[in-house]
Amino acid sequence: MSTFWSVWVIVLTLTNLALVTWILFANRKVAVDDQQDPENKTTGHVYDGIEEYDNPLPKWWFMLFVATLVFTGIYLAIYPGLGNFKGFGGWTSVGQLERQQADARAEFDDTFGKYAEMPVEQIADSREALKMGARIFANNCAVCHGADGGGNYGFPNLTDGNWLHGGTPDKILETIRKGREGEMPPQGPMIGEEGVKNTAEYVLALNELEHDAEMAAEGEKVFGTVCMACHGADGKGNQSMGAPNLTDNIWLYGSSREQIRHTIRSGRSNEMPKQEDKLREDKIRLVAAYVYSLSRQQEVEQ
Amino acid sequence: MTTTVAKTGPVPDYDYKVVRQFTIMSVVWGIFGMGMGVLIAAQLAWPELNNFWQPFSHFGRLRPLHTNAVIFAFGGSVLFATSYYVVQRTCQTPLWGGWLVPFTFWGWQVVIIAAAITLPMGYTSTKEYAELEWPIDILIAFIWIAYALVFFGTIAKRRTSHIYVANWFFGAYIITIAALHIVNSLAVPVSAFKSYSLFAGTTDAMIQWWYGHNAVGFFLTAAFLGIMYYFVPKQANRPIYSYQLSIVHFWALISIYVWAGGHHLHYSALPDWTQSLAMVMSVILLAPSWGGMINGIMTLSGAWHKLRTDPTLRFLVVSLSFYGMSTFEGPMMSIKTVNALSHNTDWTVGHVHSGALGWVAMISIGALYHLVPVLWKRREMYSVKLINAHFWLATVGTVLYIAAMWVNGITQGLMWRAFNADGTLTYSFVESVMASHPGYIVRWIGGSFFLFGMFLMAYNVFRTITEKENAARGDNTVPMAQTA
Repeated sequence: MSTFWSVWVIVLTLTNLALVTWILFANRKVAVDDQQDPENKTTGHVYDGIEEYDNPLPKWWFMLFVATLVFTGIYLAIYPGLGNFKGFGGWTSVGQLERQQADARAEFDDTFGKYAEMPVEQIADSREALKMGARIFANNCAVCHGADGGGNYGFPNLTDGNWLHGGTPDKILETIRKGREGEMPPQGPMIGEEGVKNTAEYVLALNELEHDAEMAAEGEKVFGTVCMACHGADGKGNQSMGAPNLTDNIWLYGSSREQIRHTIRSGRSNEMPKQEDKLREDKIRLVAAYVYSLSRQQEVEQ
Repeated sequence: MTTTVAKTGPVPDYDYKVVRQFTIMSVVWGIFGMGMGVLIAAQLAWPELNNFWQPFSHFGRLRPLHTNAVIFAFGGSVLFATSYYVVQRTCQTPLWGGWLVPFTFWGWQVVIIAAAITLPMGYTSTKEYAELEWPIDILIAFIWIAYALVFFGTIAKRRTSHIYVANWFFGAYIITIAALHIVNSLAVPVSAFKSYSLFAGTTDAMIQWWYGHNAVGFFLTAAFLGIMYYFVPKQANRPIYSYQLSIVHFWALISIYVWAGGHHLHYSALPDWTQSLAMVMSVILLAPSWGGMINGIMTLSGAWHKLRTDPTLRFLVVSLSFYGMSTFEGPMMSIKTVNALSHNTDWTVGHVHSGALGWVAMISIGALYHLVPVLWKRREMYSVKLINAHFWLATVGTVLYIAAMWVNGITQGLMWRAFNADGTLTYSFVESVMASHPGYIVRWIGGSFFLFGMFLMAYNVFRTITEKENAARGDNTVPMAQTA
């Protein structure tokens, strides 16, 4: 703020406060002192039948007003408020934030700190750590992946042991830290509507769902020339590219005929946002361990 | 002793037509706006209600329609009606302005209907309480200037030597709302129904809340104090408690209020000094706000027994109690430490409604029950029992509403900030939503009570106006000085 605007703010503020204080003190006494009629307690104004008493300001109200003005004076001396004057207390909101963050960091070094370098598998063996990971998951991941990690339309299920980018601890860490981009390019312009429909039947066939065998046979040809580049000749996908397995009957964008056609025709674009700017390394490891444990539970049950 | 009452000549031929029109529309828009409120409260309690008639009935589109309808359609109509009535009678002169007077009525109705069409269609400038797009904003500005000309034109040709305190408040509200509306709505149009604010980023946020808070401060507080200063002494038939208090709290209120908007942006990108200044000014506001409450309630000293028999007076007095409560709550919530808990929670919603239902709506209802018999020359309202029933519905409804929101707000604030010993957050967001669900249902019940009361009022007003045997009645508000 330039000096001009600073002075502007200070002058306006103090003038307003001074005028309010003046009007408060100037009206302490009863305004009308009616010598001829001391019994008369009104101002003598009558508006449409309404009269006004000239009662003095209630004392407690006057004191309340003065107290807020005194509070304001003290507050504006200690805290920033009057333009560029920073206040004698040296308080800033950034300073408060940094102090609180430093306090938290120091305090939680004992609880979180030890996980910053611990291998994810080892973290996943600690019930205590998994509970912490679950809470971090609930506040950061559950919005998309669901409170139980069960996923949602467009958001992968994290509990089924089926991975787009790999389910090893290192891969999970990488996904959380750096995020992922899932890009299925639109094929409609290349293979035409006929090709889209045929390929969809073939994909249905791969999952042993109800399909038109004739069209699927045509679709297989398209698959063999176009789709296999990412999804593999056998349709089992490729984790290094994030290309899903198309034979396991697990669907990110639905398994209906129309949904599959839409996926092929117009493509899909998806993003897992990177978390390394939001979460500290120890928290990332805790939540990675939790996600890792989610998929393992399934395996153990099976 | 000087006296400001015109002593000679007959009572002027007041212009009641526009007052009658706005009175009727107050009831109509009251039901419409509060009905919208009950609907969106139900949508929050039972989200599946959002599924019908998409996208027009979505909460996100109906919420601004609710706020605009209750503030500007209901509140605005009440203010036009009462200010036009009060300024004539306390200045002892008919309205000045000729065709400007009906222009303010019909123009205002066009604005409301335009809002009711464009907001559900999704046209919005995204500024809270100022969502209407630029063509409507321009119409509002013209109407408001016409309003100012009529009001101050009438003041200028008054037959009394002084200007009554109610008119100070009405005058301050008209001038300030003009400035707030015009500055906040400055925008660059890109098409007939789309514009972008002239301000950017933090400046835009500050302008928005300078407007938003003073829409509360001047539209919903100062102007309704104008109503209080006429209708409370009139209904109680008692002099105003203290002229000194009027002077002090008026000037303090209107000069301090405009500083306080920044408290809506605590802990944001707003510079530290702006936040602090907004906070201390809000704390100072406590005493000036209470000045109005004291002046209203103390006016009843010596007339307390009237509360037993006169439900209209009860509306006026209970509204002052809610006013005192919410103007204590407001400065408290503006203190940064408290705001850190209350911000973004339902507490804010509860605070607004303790003002909006408890203060604004109840004093409006009281004033309307006073006005209707006078305007249609009736002895009294068709049914005092119905007024009484309305009073209890409104009071219980308001209490249910704000109690539910207090519980919800404090629950949410505490859940969001709760940490486990290990430093993780104790609750996820959705857990705080689940904890709020009972409160949402109670809020809907409270709102329904209030709305039901408005239907009783509509029926009562309709019967009062149409009933023939109630007709034999002159002006019941002859000045006390002459009747005494």
